[in-house]
Amino acid sequence: MLGIGVTDIISIIFMAGGIFFMVTGAVGLLRFPDFYTRLHATGKCDTLGEVLLITGCMIFQGWSFVSVKLFFLIFFIFMANPVGTHAIMKAAYYTGLKPWKKGEERR
Amino acid sequence: MFEMVDVFLVVGVSIAFTILMCLYRAVRGPGVFNQVAAVNVIGTKVIVLLVAIGYIFERPMFVDIALLYAGLNFVGTLVMAKYLERGEICSA
Repeated sequence: MLGIGVTDIISIIFMAGGIFFMVTGAVGLLRFPDFYTRLHATGKCDTLGEVLLITGCMIFQGWSFVSVKLFFLIFFIFMANPVGTHAIMKAAYYTGLKPWKKGEERR
Repeated sequence: MFEMVDVFLVVGVSIAFTILMCLYRAVRGPGVFNQVAAVNVIGTKVIVLLVAIGYIFERPMFVDIALLYAGLNFVGTLVMAKYLERGEICSA
């Protein structure tokens, strides 16, 4: 038998999904051709991956004070991460960075 | 068989690997905006790395450090975006 319980298996499934989304976001940051497309990859994949990982930690922890702190961390990441991405993208757009079109070379 | 500490060890090593992949864009990225975006992504990955380290060493104190680091990273990203947009941080 395994040395772990059912809640541990559920938390391992959540953490595996989180690692998948974080690796996908990192590959998108490396491989996409433009600044805006790179932010499109990281802004969504990173938020979902981190929230899934911390949810796995919450399920592993159970009901305690640390779990409440992890819930606050999830809430803050859901609030802060898209706002930061939007701020960087607005700054790049107002300073005149042109979006990439099909057929141009990578920038 | 494996314990739960091994699972958190695998999680920590995987996050460190993704941070290494983002570090290429933070160093070689064409233009300052790519570098700022990569540094923001690295900062948000470090939050989860801190939580995993807290479970590896079995010290729940690391969650507080992760909360504080999340706030600092958010404020740093906003200040950097405002500075790049206007050329100054706060107008008098």
